[in-house]
Amino acid sequence: MNDGLFTTIGLEVHVELKTNTKMFCGCPVGFGGEPNTRTCPVCLGHPGTLPTPNEKAIEYTTKIAMALGCDVAPHSMFHRKNYFYPDMPKNYQISQYDLPIGERGSLDVESDGAIYKIGITRVHLEEDTGKSLHMGGGGRIHDADYSLEDFNRAGTPLVEIVSEPDITTADIARGYATELRAILEYLNVSDVKMEEGSMRVDANISVAPAGQLGVKVEIKNMNSLRSLARALEYEVARQNEVIARGGKVVQSTRHWDERAGKTHELRTKEEAFDYRYFPEPDLVPIQPSVEWLRQLRDELPELPADRRKRLIGLGLSVYDAQVLTSSKGLGELFDAGLSAAKAADAKQVANWVANDLAGLLASRTDGAAISAVNLAELVDLVAGGTISKSQGQQLLSKMLGTGRSAKELADEGGIRQISDTAELEEAIDAVIAQNQDVAHRIAAGDSKPLGFLMGQVMKATKGRGNPKMVTDLLSKKLGER
Amino acid sequence: MTEHWQRTGAELAGLIASGEVTSVEVTQSVLDRLAAVEGQVRSYLTVTSEVALAKAAEIDAAIKSGQELGPLAGVPLALKDIICTKGIRTTAASKILESYVPPYSATVAERLDAAGTPMVGKTNLDEFAMGSSTENSAYQTTGNPWDLSKVPGGSSGGSAAAVASGQAILSLGTDTGGSIRQPAALCGVVGLKPTYGLVSRFGLIAFASSLDQAGPITRDVRDAALVLQTIAGPDPRDSTSLPGPVPDYIAALDKGVKGMKIGVVAEISDIGVSGPVKSRFQEALRILEKLGAEIGEVSLPTFGMGIDIYYLIAPAEASSNLARYEGVRFGLRVDGQDVESMNRATRAAGFGAEVKRRIMLGTYALSSGYYDAYYLKAQKARTLIARDFQRAYEDFDLLISPGAPTTAFALGEKVQDPLTMYLSDICNVPSSLAGAAAMSVPGGLSDEDGLPVGIQFMSPPMGETTMLSAAYAFEQELGFSAKPPIWNQL
Repeated sequence: MNDGLFTTIGLEVHVELKTNTKMFCGCPVGFGGEPNTRTCPVCLGHPGTLPTPNEKAIEYTTKIAMALGCDVAPHSMFHRKNYFYPDMPKNYQISQYDLPIGERGSLDVESDGAIYKIGITRVHLEEDTGKSLHMGGGGRIHDADYSLEDFNRAGTPLVEIVSEPDITTADIARGYATELRAILEYLNVSDVKMEEGSMRVDANISVAPAGQLGVKVEIKNMNSLRSLARALEYEVARQNEVIARGGKVVQSTRHWDERAGKTHELRTKEEAFDYRYFPEPDLVPIQPSVEWLRQLRDELPELPADRRKRLIGLGLSVYDAQVLTSSKGLGELFDAGLSAAKAADAKQVANWVANDLAGLLASRTDGAAISAVNLAELVDLVAGGTISKSQGQQLLSKMLGTGRSAKELADEGGIRQISDTAELEEAIDAVIAQNQDVAHRIAAGDSKPLGFLMGQVMKATKGRGNPKMVTDLLSKKLGER
Repeated sequence: MTEHWQRTGAELAGLIASGEVTSVEVTQSVLDRLAAVEGQVRSYLTVTSEVALAKAAEIDAAIKSGQELGPLAGVPLALKDIICTKGIRTTAASKILESYVPPYSATVAERLDAAGTPMVGKTNLDEFAMGSSTENSAYQTTGNPWDLSKVPGGSSGGSAAAVASGQAILSLGTDTGGSIRQPAALCGVVGLKPTYGLVSRFGLIAFASSLDQAGPITRDVRDAALVLQTIAGPDPRDSTSLPGPVPDYIAALDKGVKGMKIGVVAEISDIGVSGPVKSRFQEALRILEKLGAEIGEVSLPTFGMGIDIYYLIAPAEASSNLARYEGVRFGLRVDGQDVESMNRATRAAGFGAEVKRRIMLGTYALSSGYYDAYYLKAQKARTLIARDFQRAYEDFDLLISPGAPTTAFALGEKVQDPLTMYLSDICNVPSSLAGAAAMSVPGGLSDEDGLPVGIQFMSPPMGETTMLSAAYAFEQELGFSAKPPIWNQL
């Protein structure tokens, strides 16, 4: 990076809400399926049709605004955003303009050990467009023979979350998007699957000397959090290079090409498009009652930031707290597992969930799960010494997706840990007796072969010796000689 | 010997219910009449004889089996061709929808169908309801049954002419800035524009969303009340429809005007009302006084501004509402090299001159740099008009004015001069902007040219009952029974 050049990034995130039906009609919301099978005269914009607002969508948007610390507007309106494009049935999008549902919020993002407070300009609600398929060329519009329009998605409720241009690095941008995604997952308002398009991120990025405004470039088509970081890193470097060469950055929209690892210019933006916004005359203003807002606030779940704090307060490591927060599922399993556990403590349960379980789940694609009760029992068995850690790990992979309990599987397989002193001493005595010369060497001060003797004891006990006890007893016995 | 088609809806409903005549007989009578004079009047864009007769037969069977049906059962109906009817071509009198067959029906059409009215056809209009003479139809011009060289008014000219000529018993029109009342006035029939939100707009091909309303155009006030009773009421498919309950409009008819305070809008003397219209208007006032109403005068200073305000707001909303017609999903498509060319070619070919004019006006009024000066300012001025009406209604139960400033003008006379054409709605537009109810009732014929003059009653929002009481009392007292020459041409 050039000396004296600062990066300014703003992110615009679009989130498809997982309501049952579309924003302004009764068609089901979904992903995929035969084209144009989830449509009706309203979402196709037929003459004479009128929009009727989806209350659940307004509720979800309001909760998002609350979760992001926004002021919720007591009086908010829908506006028409007018422009022509074949994926927009009415050639206007019902959106929000100067009276959005939420404004002036913020989000704390951790990056490189520091916390950055990123402002949130607004949260508003609108309808999604259909999808264009460009046929005959390379799949892009400029070399297509013809295009097909699928309106299944048209009318899906869409929330737009706009950040202030407070983001200064690609890592912070990625952190922002990750934290936002976690919040939306916790609120249970969207599938937030970037690969399916239920969460889409566009970036505005400029590079300039301190105190100056750079030329804003819009970056689109970043289809994963990793792409987001890569694309922004690339663009920062590109803009720095242009300026270093003495050139001028062109105000434009650029498309991120994941395979090539570059951005390409899509179109230049000489002037802002005139959308001729005016209040939507077919809809009445949104005026939430104080009681309704209070009820929504009460319904807000514990959000990621608060969960993280709480878990660290329980004694978890920052890493474990992070893992158990970024996945809502793992976090909930931890909480439930901890309350079901009788012997194990928070750190132990966390370790199992954030490390062992997380690792196993990451390598499976079958969506296998484990119940909190079964998990708790497993952790208790290990914590209590009944089975060893490694035995527990073996059991865990057998438990996933089967619903079977640890006890059941342990009994079936004869898996238990020998923690009986007398039994262990018997085995240790036998091993020492068979390995007199090694025992002598250890007694003389050479501790290296200790591992070999440990191994022999474990072999003799068919791997069931409690490792810690074996170590202690072995050392004691050898020391006694 | 009175033909079925010469009777009112209420009369026919009674005869059908009692079994004296069948709905099929009545419907056939209307269809025959329709065909007989259609060559001269040209009220209809689509005639649906089979659909109508099938429905009529259904009603007859139901009555025969002893079922008790509603007060309009079996009475034929015509719908302005801007109202979507499932499976039946609906064009908005535009080339761009020449082959459009809606996959659903408007709420008003469904309610009237549920009431048992056989639909005989879709009537002519100014394209997308933009006009005051029906000359802007892309298909045909409709003649005024009183003088076929004159306009029937617009934009619901087809419905008004059909009712006046006997080609329809009941009909629906739509009114955005006078399009029910002005043609009703010019054709000597009754036309009622309900309070904005009283009648569902779902299925009305949109012109100006904050102004459009569907309403009855009928032979007399009772028929209008019966139709209104059927179509009024909340609709979950229209977010701007008002909550219920709906008052009893029929019961309101006999209430009379004793003690009612009726205010003459003082500003009508400034807006070009012709002498002959003024004469009939003054007589109307005397009749109402005789019936016990107190006539006064009230000034609504912004009344004359209505046209200017309307012609910023309505085209602005229309420019957005008509954006959907571009050849992608339905209607006309003229191919092009790319999407933009296709859009342009389709709209250039599909829209008439007046529609294009208003789209351009509206786009301009909404555009960046002009929005504040035009659209926003017009909306602010609109609240001033609403306030003038509100203040007037503190002292008066109803307001009154002519239904149109002149009698019917000649075909071709104003169509080349849009601004003059716009002024023919000058009496009607203010109440549209205020969202209030208004209706035009025949007030006699002009001394000068023998053409109908309309009297417009205006009520506060949801004041249809008061308005119908006054209109009915006036109609009964006036006893206007003249018919156009074509009426007796059998």
